Amino acid sequence: MPDLITDEIRNWIGRSTEPVQVEISRRDIIKYALATEQRLEKYLRGDEAPPMFLFGADRPLTQIADLGPDGLMRDPLLPELPLKRVMAGGIKQRYFRAVVPGDVLSISRRISNIYEKQGSSGPLIFVDYELNVRAADGELVMQETQSRINR
Amino acid sequence: MTTKRLDVQVGESLPERIHRASNVSLFLYNAAVWNSHRIHYDETYTTEVEKHPGVVIDGPLQGDWLTQTVLEWLGDDGRMVEFQYSNRLAAYLGEVLTAGGIVSSIEGNVATIDVFIRNEAGQVITPGSAVVHFSS
Repeated sequence: MPDLITDEIRNWIGRSTEPVQVEISRRDIIKYALATEQRLEKYLRGDEAPPMFLFGADRPLTQIADLGPDGLMRDPLLPELPLKRVMAGGIKQRYFRAVVPGDVLSISRRISNIYEKQGSSGPLIFVDYELNVRAADGELVMQETQSRINR
Repeated sequence: MTTKRLDVQVGESLPERIHRASNVSLFLYNAAVWNSHRIHYDETYTTEVEKHPGVVIDGPLQGDWLTQTVLEWLGDDGRMVEFQYSNRLAAYLGEVLTAGGIVSSIEGNVATIDVFIRNEAGQVITPGSAVVHFSS
């Protein structure tokens, strides 16, 4: 199996982005709760955000003209990879306190690992990210490890 | 009234829930998380370019459904402190998915729940686990 991960790609391990500031609104929580068909009142009223609410919250926001042919924005924290098609991998989250309306969160993201695996239909490249979500006072709200798969 | 902590047993199944994603629910979910990947709404692109058999049901949406399985069961008897899942097999628009779980361990006021999304063929496509702390 050819080594798809060059030294140049490997050099990206450890790189991070400037923290993204995210203001949490009740209305955004309610939209998410309805879209995911939540049934608990605290989420439907927007009193508290469901645990997966922050998924994608730190996504870079770009002009439509800058989106790729797959509809996705180019992630600045991702090396050029020889495999182009993207799939969701998985997530691990640790929660320290609930996210509520009015929170101003700071989300930082770092590449923790890049590795290759043989999938059932060919090679896969995994890019693992570590996210730290902090409140305005620096309190840790959530930690996440996220895998992105390119095939 | 006893709390869940006193009643719960290893091996206990959590109530299952059936999820039928639709074009509309996928649109709203992807709008809410600002995800413009065409595999979630553009069938022609999805099948012809990315070679999927149909519009893809988001992996993180299935992850969210798994958290709901745990949180609806847990109610006000505790809080979820850790959660993880991995997307093993893709699911496509039109598939009926079932979310469920089983209590896999209990130690003091801490329980681990194994959760799953199962497709109609009976395959677990998204396994995961959650750690909950019961209120004392």
